[in-house]
Amino acid sequence: MAEAHPVGFQWVMEAKKRGATVIHVDPRFTRTSAVADEFVPLRVGSDIAFLGGVINYILSNELDFREYVVAYTNAATLVTEGFQDTEDLGGLFSGYHPETGTYDPASWQYEGHEEFAQTHEDTHVHRETAAGFQHEAHGPPVSGFVARDETLQDPRCVYQILKRHYARYTPEVVERVCGVPPEQFRKVCEAWTRNSGRERTTALVYSVGWTQHTVGVQYIRAGAIIQLLLGNMGRPGGGIMALRGHASIQGSTDIPTLFNLLPGYLPMPHFKQHETFDMWAEAIRHLGQKGFWAYARCYAVSLLKAYFGEHATEENDWGYGWLPRLTGDHGTYQQVLNMIDGKIKGYFLLGQNPAVGSAHGRAQRLGMANLDWLVVRDLYMIESATFWKDSPEIETGEIVTEECRTEVFFLPAASHVEKEGTFTQTQRMLQWREKALDPPQDCRSELWFFYHLGRLVRERLATSTLERDEPIKKLAWSYPISGQHNEPDAEAVLKEINGYDVATGAPLSGFTQLQADGSTACGCWIYSGVFADGVNQAARRKPGKEQSWVAPEWGWVWPANRRILYNRASADPQGAPWSAKKAYVWWDPEKGEWTGHDVPDFEKTKDPAFRPAPGTIGVHGLAGDDAFIMQGDGKGWLYAPAGLIDGPMPTHYEPAESPLRNPLYAQQANPVRKVYDRPENQLNPAPPERHSEVFPYVFTTSRLTEHHTAGGMSRQLAYLSELQPAMFVEVSPALAEERGLEHLGWAHVVTGRAAVEARVLVTARLRPLRLDGRVIHQIWLPYHWGGSGLVTGDSANDLFGITLDPNVLIQESKVGTCDIQPGRRPTGRALLDYIADYLRRAGLDASHYAPLETPGAGE
Amino acid sequence: MNSLFGPIDPAKDAGYTDAPPRMGFFTDTSVCIGCKACEVACKEWNAVPDDGFDLLGMSYDNTGGLSANSWRHVAFIEQAAPSPAAMDVLREAEATVSTQFLGMPSSTLPGTEGREGRDLRWLMMSNVCKHCTHAGCLDVCPTGSLFRTEYGTVVVQEDICNGCGYCVAACPYGVIDRREDDGRAWKCTLCYDRIGEGMTPACAQACPTQSIQYGELDELRERAAQRVEVLHQRGVTEAKLYGHDPDDGVGGDGAFFLLLDEPEVYGLPPDPVVTTRDLPSMWKHAGVAALGMAAAAVVAFLGRRP
Ligand code: SF4
Ligand code: SF4
Repeated sequence: MAEAHPVGFQWVMEAKKRGATVIHVDPRFTRTSAVADEFVPLRVGSDIAFLGGVINYILSNELDFREYVVAYTNAATLVTEGFQDTEDLGGLFSGYHPETGTYDPASWQYEGHEEFAQTHEDTHVHRETAAGFQHEAHGPPVSGFVARDETLQDPRCVYQILKRHYARYTPEVVERVCGVPPEQFRKVCEAWTRNSGRERTTALVYSVGWTQHTVGVQYIRAGAIIQLLLGNMGRPGGGIMALRGHASIQGSTDIPTLFNLLPGYLPMPHFKQHETFDMWAEAIRHLGQKGFWAYARCYAVSLLKAYFGEHATEENDWGYGWLPRLTGDHGTYQQVLNMIDGKIKGYFLLGQNPAVGSAHGRAQRLGMANLDWLVVRDLYMIESATFWKDSPEIETGEIVTEECRTEVFFLPAASHVEKEGTFTQTQRMLQWREKALDPPQDCRSELWFFYHLGRLVRERLATSTLERDEPIKKLAWSYPISGQHNEPDAEAVLKEINGYDVATGAPLSGFTQLQADGSTACGCWIYSGVFADGVNQAARRKPGKEQSWVAPEWGWVWPANRRILYNRASADPQGAPWSAKKAYVWWDPEKGEWTGHDVPDFEKTKDPAFRPAPGTIGVHGLAGDDAFIMQGDGKGWLYAPAGLIDGPMPTHYEPAESPLRNPLYAQQANPVRKVYDRPENQLNPAPPERHSEVFPYVFTTSRLTEHHTAGGMSRQLAYLSELQPAMFVEVSPALAEERGLEHLGWAHVVTGRAAVEARVLVTARLRPLRLDGRVIHQIWLPYHWGGSGLVTGDSANDLFGITLDPNVLIQESKVGTCDIQPGRRPTGRALLDYIADYLRRAGLDASHYAPLETPGAGE
Repeated sequence: MNSLFGPIDPAKDAGYTDAPPRMGFFTDTSVCIGCKACEVACKEWNAVPDDGFDLLGMSYDNTGGLSANSWRHVAFIEQAAPSPAAMDVLREAEATVSTQFLGMPSSTLPGTEGREGRDLRWLMMSNVCKHCTHAGCLDVCPTGSLFRTEYGTVVVQEDICNGCGYCVAACPYGVIDRREDDGRAWKCTLCYDRIGEGMTPACAQACPTQSIQYGELDELRERAAQRVEVLHQRGVTEAKLYGHDPDDGVGGDGAFFLLLDEPEVYGLPPDPVVTTRDLPSMWKHAGVAALGMAAAAVVAFLGRRP
């Protein structure tokens, strides 16, 4: 955190000054470890074993916050009789279909609700379309009415299932899998549990590298299970905080730049699953479910009204037919492979430098070199704009400038200080930015670019009679513009996002005002309220000392300016604060309403003792203690009966590339991971496949404080470039000795995809781990370098192949296997021969790819 | 004539009649996270040029030391036993690059002795001009380019500096340095242009963890003493102050530090003494110095491109 988020880390230092204990778990000793009280090195890719060990510690010592757990989580809920655990099936859950490599999750359901389950074909579609994303604000479909055993004794209740699942994750297993000594592991468990409960809460903070694994979603799930067991959700000082890699990454999923989502986590329609508007709206609503998604139709109609204005009418299903449809996987990696195959002709690239920043850089560059046209909007001429003349593939002859068919249009972009708008940070807080100065020369904002692009395309198509042009022609596309360059008004866009009454244009005060009859328009239902009373609420900057400690008048937080989600859980089931110290939101019996420091995340007048009549759905179906109001059953999920493609509970699988056989299960890696078996995407062999010793070391990558991601914003600046002027690789003294590497000398790291050269830093901050009597060396590389800028170097991301998490299609780009050798890498054609030789020795060729299901699993 | 030794108020001593309180820095290295925001902010505010793109191999320190083009310098000290080869390079790099390395003959890097078997420590420390109570650089400056401000800080005026370089040799910390292009001397001004406006110096403003604290020196000294006490109570017995003592060889520093190891470990002189302490007895050499100064001025003119 100190490395990549030094500004946020000031609060950790502040807490430390006040006596907090800081524990840092990381494969390598970083600037964070330097100031931590305890540094816990572990093997890259072993985090679920570590967290599973913590869960086991909590459950076997009964250290869970029992009252919270029984009332607010699904611990008491019973699961079908048919459910079988990985513990019984060699690392697979029940329902595995080897032909498709997917699960049929019927047996994972709550008892009596098997019919809620999707089939494994549905699951296949969900994997292709990364459907897991929809659950960010949205419980996946489950029934609200479930069988429960509040004594937690029934062997089929979630609590007991969880206990059995993690029973094997003992401190000894943690040591074998992660390389963490039991005494040190115990310290972590003790600190975490001691600092949780009525009087205290613990926050779990992670940075997004945590998600970049084939089990990335399950990493976060494992953290969530611990936080729920310890009562750390919905309470001040608790929660799970994702530190995003860029400003407004939260914003770019809320109002998404993803292929599979529409604003507010509404799913992008799928051509088969959502043929009609009703099918789509009902799919969002999840029939039979409790909670606020019951109003999904209002959100959906209002969005279409914002898109198509007067053209969206009840008769034409609000223009639903004009929305594009998903037909399968259109994720960024599939697209790159499609480019290589010539299936994609044109591409827009904004705020992204995939030639350096994405996994398998070579595939990225080869794909972009096979387009008709490419539009790059960036601050500088980044590698993704110049690959046709100076990429590593020019050197190897794989791209020939004269023959490269891609026409590249580079459009200089305005920086964040040169345009207005909002950033949404990890707490879901929108903060308005003013423009500090005009962008230089031809640099323009994204808003300017897209508004005018849309305007010009619409002018071109004005007389078109083709049906395919209708969606563009029918768009509501009028925004006030001003100034020399006709800059659209960013606040007008924010007003549209907030929503307004169609007849009067009056801004709405929140999403509860949205209607399904076309009388309201709203660009993103969860952001409704950001322009309440016609005031830009995101621009509020009332100093902290002039308001309460929750600071509700600083910026604006979705939904409804609620600073902590699910804050009903900050009070006990009867509505009283868990403790005076942690009082946040509580029930005032005299007034008969919820009150407190924050906006209560609950219906204001719903009595804690309220119990709905059986069968009541929607908001009225929520009981007075159903704190997790967006979940279909109102409970926090220790066990996920639906919505996850790779299982209801996190399970330790090895990374797709690993030098180790999975010490826990016959199943080696995630059995439903998303793979692309193609000749250009050879993955290094992992046991039980043969020849894994050709790539004997584990490597990982991350950021340095001095640079920003793919370097587009830092390698161009002298003051930053001088601070970290060269690509380097960190190795332990022991590995340096083993491979003959010299401090400050050259070395190169080799995988089945690439060889990357770097200067060597020999440092004790990296240390070999002893696992199962075997020494595992870990190598670390920063990923900031590329071919352009003031300081240049090879790109670490070239080393990775493409394997993805099945839930959200995030790539496994934080762990792989490699070799390292002293000296510089070969150049030109010789480089290709060099890698081919490694592939040959590792037995990799296009005729065989590792199977998803490891032989012996499932037994 | 200014005092040359002992605890004094430097602004008063320099003739300011009702000077504002003496301002300075307390740099608490125990909370430094090595982000180098201080280095960058200083360069941005003061338009200091870059210092070259060289990988030094001194842990994450690629600045190397304070110089004419780096007025803040974040040192990174890895304390464990690295491979012998790495130790050689580290020592070599420190000796050649850092203007401050003291070159003590020793078979190990300072700070690594006796640490075998102890956990790895990674010390970070943002170094800066000490704005000494008795500033050698100022005492020897023949042009008056270096002067004492009303805040008790020491500032060099680039439009008066003639590049003679006396100050460089006179600084007991090796801080002030000449630029290669025009030979003039540069160093931290304690953001004279900012503090005069009531603003915080750029480096302190940028520091996210309040490792760099700016304020009235008296108050900072109190705060620092408390901080040491807290750290000692928490078992960080190695915490100690450096440069805070008005009775030391430079009359105390305007910029002083909390360190977690011996000063040498950070490349700081353990017992700095103002180089002009014996100046009175050296006055007889002044004539020679004046001659030298004239020669330096001629060289500076010749060296300047049209
Ligand atoms: S006080 Fe000003 S001049 Fe001195 S180091 Fe800090 S930023 Fe640079
Ligand atoms: S800005 Fe502060 S925390 Fe960062 S390196 Fe400088 S002194 Fe240390």
